[in-house]
Amino acid sequence: MTSPREDSVERGAGSTDATSRPASLLQFASSYGYSAAGSALSLRGGAARGGLGRDRPGWANALIGAIVPVLLLVVWQVVASSGVIPTYRLPTPLSVWQAAVDLSNRGLLWPDVEISTQRVLLGFLFGSALGLIVGSIVGLSRWAGLLFSPTIGGFRAVPSLAWVPLLILYLGINEDQKVLLILIGAFFPVYTTVSGALRHVDSHLVEVGRAFGRSRLSLLLTVQLPAIVPTVVSGLRLALAQSWLFLVAAELIASSLGLGFLLKDSQDNGRIDRLFVAIILLAVLGKLTDAIIGLLERYLLRRWT
Amino acid sequence: MLAGIDLDIRAGEIVAILGPSGCGKSTLLRQIGGLDSPDTGDIEIDGSALVGIDQRCAVAFQEPRLLPWRSISRNVEIGLARGTDREIGRARVAELLGLVHLTGSSDLRPRQVSGGMAQRAALARALARGPGVLLLDEPFGALDALTRLRMQDLLLDVHSAEPATIVLVTHDVDEALYLADRVVLLGADPADPGAGSGIARTVTVPGARPRDRADAELARIRSELLAGLGVPSHHGAGSAASLAS
Repeated sequence: MTSPREDSVERGAGSTDATSRPASLLQFASSYGYSAAGSALSLRGGAARGGLGRDRPGWANALIGAIVPVLLLVVWQVVASSGVIPTYRLPTPLSVWQAAVDLSNRGLLWPDVEISTQRVLLGFLFGSALGLIVGSIVGLSRWAGLLFSPTIGGFRAVPSLAWVPLLILYLGINEDQKVLLILIGAFFPVYTTVSGALRHVDSHLVEVGRAFGRSRLSLLLTVQLPAIVPTVVSGLRLALAQSWLFLVAAELIASSLGLGFLLKDSQDNGRIDRLFVAIILLAVLGKLTDAIIGLLERYLLRRWT
Repeated sequence: MLAGIDLDIRAGEIVAILGPSGCGKSTLLRQIGGLDSPDTGDIEIDGSALVGIDQRCAVAFQEPRLLPWRSISRNVEIGLARGTDREIGRARVAELLGLVHLTGSSDLRPRQVSGGMAQRAALARALARGPGVLLLDEPFGALDALTRLRMQDLLLDVHSAEPATIVLVTHDVDEALYLADRVVLLGADPADPGAGSGIARTVTVPGARPRDRADAELARIRSELLAGLGVPSHHGAGSAASLAS
């Protein structure tokens, strides 16, 4: 009979929290004739060091992360205002800011940002959902893998820009054509990571699912997908980056609105300050959406591992 | 690997399958559970043949095999029969966690508990559906010696609370004799070793449970079974025997 008391002893041995460690180490040390006081002291020191290293507040980390961008800005300002590079090649940060304010005041900036973000989110959502479904089928079924994975691999090798003329011919120049291109971009990273990871799920755990009556979809949902959550999330991050990439491809070639259009339009009109505005906005939006996925990742990893 | 296995197990009986490594005892258990299927022959439970993974059986493996992203109680939940009412299921899980002394650990993750606790959770998971046949594949093999003895007692408590038929695969002769009503020794026929393992002998263990681990009668059967496994209890005789074979 195992009594509840033995329970707690066992838990102490198995758990990894800091409070259980000194006890077991102490026992270990004293059984080998070391001074118990000495080992207790060194442990206290270790705990304090660990606390200093890890518990830096979030704002402090953000401050450290801001060092390099601020430095870049300073260097940019110095180089641009020194006259070494003429301003029609490298505008000053201030003039770029003024261009952004000017565009924004005339109501020309927000619509670009809005439509580009909408296209990316739609394409990313549909593309990664499709990637998850097709990746699951190809990853789980040996036959589906043998049949489809070479073909899908072939499509994957087609560069993003190569699709644009075909999509324009088929769909015309409209939202569908752009969202579809982004969907293609988002599909492949998710498809590749999901189908690859599903082949390597611990077969012991899958067998447990089967032994307790799970099969196909319910097995996928209770065992296989939760087991690959970390991989799926990194696939989603890649897919999001691809989505922004494919957005610019779509908007550069045929569009009348969006950040890609702003790039093209500024190039045609020689407005290098606006070009910089568009590039910086793409960087900020890309980083922002990636940070949102980062939050999702932290939540999922806390819940699933 | 296996041939000529013919075995009837009474309802509520505990049968231990004993045999040397690689003799196919785990395979036999997996076939009863429907995880593997036999090339020839049938397996029946209560007179009806087994097809695929049978929901009247439940398995516990040598490793706990808990899903690391679920809490202990959510892991036990997996063992419930599909379509169990939510409230009934929750009560059942709580009852089982009490039975295996894990009530206080229900919200912990598998990595936060010891090996013995994880194995108890796996046992609770296997019991969750109220199986007719409980299949245990060396369930205590990976535990330390003392925890193993406690787990054996716990299993007997569980069996008297929930009297399922238990088929236990083990290579521990003492464990087999302590727990089982009958011990089935698997082994190859010495006259025809290529034919695969069959039932070398079946021993009905004397005495009612709980048994005395130090019982003299059990000690005699123990040395017989060890000899059957090719490990005679006296070392001198052992080396002679292995030279002869």
